Amino acid sequence: MNTLRIQVEGIGLWTPSLTGFDALRRLLAGEALSPPEAHPAASALSLNERRRAPESVLVAIEVASQAVAMSRRTVSSLACVFASACGDQVTTDYMCRVLARAPTELSPTRFHNSVHNASAGYWTIANDCRAPSSAICAGHASFGAGLLEAAVQACADNRAVLFVCSDTAGVGPLGELIGCPLAFGSALVVSPCTDASTSSVSLALVASEPHHAPLPAVCLAWMRDNPSAACLPLLAQLARGGGECVLAASKKLGLHVQMEVTA
Amino acid sequence: MHVTTLPLAVTAYTATSALGLGLGAHLDALDQQRSGLRPGDFGNGSLACWIGRVPGLETNALPADFAQWDCRNNRLAWLGMHQDDFMAQVGAARQRYGATRIALLLGTSTASIGATEEGYRRLEDDQRLPADLHRKAIHTPHSLTAFVATALDIDGPSLTISTACSSSAKVFASAQRLIQLGIVDAAVVGGVDSLCDSVLFGFNALELVSPEPCRPFDAKRRGISIGEAAGFALLERIDDDTTTSLRLLGCGESSDAHHMSTPDPLGLGAELALRDVLDRARIDVSQIDYINLHGTASQKNDAMEAALVARRFPTSTRVSSTKGLTGHTLGAAGIVEAVITLLALREGFVPGNAGTITPDPACTAHFAWRNEARPVRIALSHSFGFGGSNACLAFARPIAGAGL
Repeated sequence: MNTLRIQVEGIGLWTPSLTGFDALRRLLAGEALSPPEAHPAASALSLNERRRAPESVLVAIEVASQAVAMSRRTVSSLACVFASACGDQVTTDYMCRVLARAPTELSPTRFHNSVHNASAGYWTIANDCRAPSSAICAGHASFGAGLLEAAVQACADNRAVLFVCSDTAGVGPLGELIGCPLAFGSALVVSPCTDASTSSVSLALVASEPHHAPLPAVCLAWMRDNPSAACLPLLAQLARGGGECVLAASKKLGLHVQMEVTA
Repeated sequence: MHVTTLPLAVTAYTATSALGLGLGAHLDALDQQRSGLRPGDFGNGSLACWIGRVPGLETNALPADFAQWDCRNNRLAWLGMHQDDFMAQVGAARQRYGATRIALLLGTSTASIGATEEGYRRLEDDQRLPADLHRKAIHTPHSLTAFVATALDIDGPSLTISTACSSSAKVFASAQRLIQLGIVDAAVVGGVDSLCDSVLFGFNALELVSPEPCRPFDAKRRGISIGEAAGFALLERIDDDTTTSLRLLGCGESSDAHHMSTPDPLGLGAELALRDVLDRARIDVSQIDYINLHGTASQKNDAMEAALVARRFPTSTRVSSTKGLTGHTLGAAGIVEAVITLLALREGFVPGNAGTITPDPACTAHFAWRNEARPVRIALSHSFGFGGSNACLAFARPIAGAGL
């Protein structure tokens, strides 16, 4: 299986008790969690857009902004891939309730917010970004499959790619069935490895189950409560500056992620 | 930045829509310019509109082995994959390469949300989906791809692309990158979207649904007619076994950065996607014989796209929308129109722009209002979606010794 070599230029992270990558570093160093925040700032959006955008978009925009700021890339020319395992369950719950009761009362704004590429749309509009954007899903493997998609785009097109993977808490009958009670999102800016890179991440598809180095119990709980928290083994590697793990990438395949530090 | 992409062989393809099951039915309908649209009779039928409906989906449940996946969208996928010997061709590719060396990339805008809508109409105690629909598999955006991966026995990377109306065009770009980097040897691409209240009443709320059959590029167009469809294609490297297959030359992608539900009237994003595909495929506008346009019959899309054609192409490039025949099949539009474009290349004809009574004066001499018999060597397919997600595909008919 061919190996892709990428570098991670920026990292974003948001869940109510962990509002950035530095907070994850502190957690891994044994510090206590800060009190939870109710909503992400998502300050890349104008006030008006922030009011129209659902929680799912706010989380995605927040982590995307953090990662891009760390990368110092020009956002308007950065390709982006937005992943979500469950889509916007709150909007889906609203849509299905209204359609069952009074379909002609459906809100046009909430309909356009219901498309899986809503976050990609808000992001590209807010940042005047005309680069390719995508919105994807791969069930429980959404983070691994999405990272592969973003890394392949980076390597094939020799460009930096913003990858975001986020899910928010479900509500109503749909939320009861799907069982995702927590908001969690992460973002990475990835680019092809160059000779000058001081650290690289190798990605390869392997026929093995996911595995990773030990993580704090709270991380494992988040991974149970939100499919997008499957990023944590990789984010922990990035925080610790080394290691390897296998992330779920499809029904039968895992994505082996190996970090190498050369500086 | 200049990146060229690897041309691929399209070794199998198929489509199922309101025009019928498989390539033969589509070719007949195109040849006769016979529309598949009919008065809206889906759901409670209260919306004054026309739809492109695939008959029989209500009564043909999936086989028992796939019971957990059963819903309208996956039934349509099942019906679609059984046309034109497609399953056998995928089986042969699986033998050739191995199940983990084939990727599956499918586009859909709403997956099986129709099943979620039905569940909410029949809630137990107003809080729980009914027992027969209390199945996680069908209430997620990955429902379609997870089902098709199982049905086709594909174990490689599997991805749902859901960028509204460009979904099943963008799958070609992802597949091309995966094959180019040697991550896989082949890819099944495609898309499926089925009729549901979310899109009928959603587009109605945006005042984009036409009360009459849609009239793309007509001076008096009144909006879209929504349809449902399934389509698939098998992509492989060009080698001795595939030299005579039609080619995927490249895919261009861009974003509008304009508005969530209307295209940039200046068409800057669409033009970027167009420029991207021409660069990647190393072709010039003068080489394009035909463009299957996005042509939804919405006021803004058609105005933007007619201006783009006039601005960028010589009149030797013939253009048309075929949504007057199929309806706008949303997340499946990319693959359905890719298949129609492949048929135009294979058969040597330009499909007429169906449904138009009085052409919009903004439409230039490029428009093929009726079918035209002529060789088509290189053709494009345009797909522009909600959220400003644009994709342009380039396909070609190989000519011995002529390159490409």
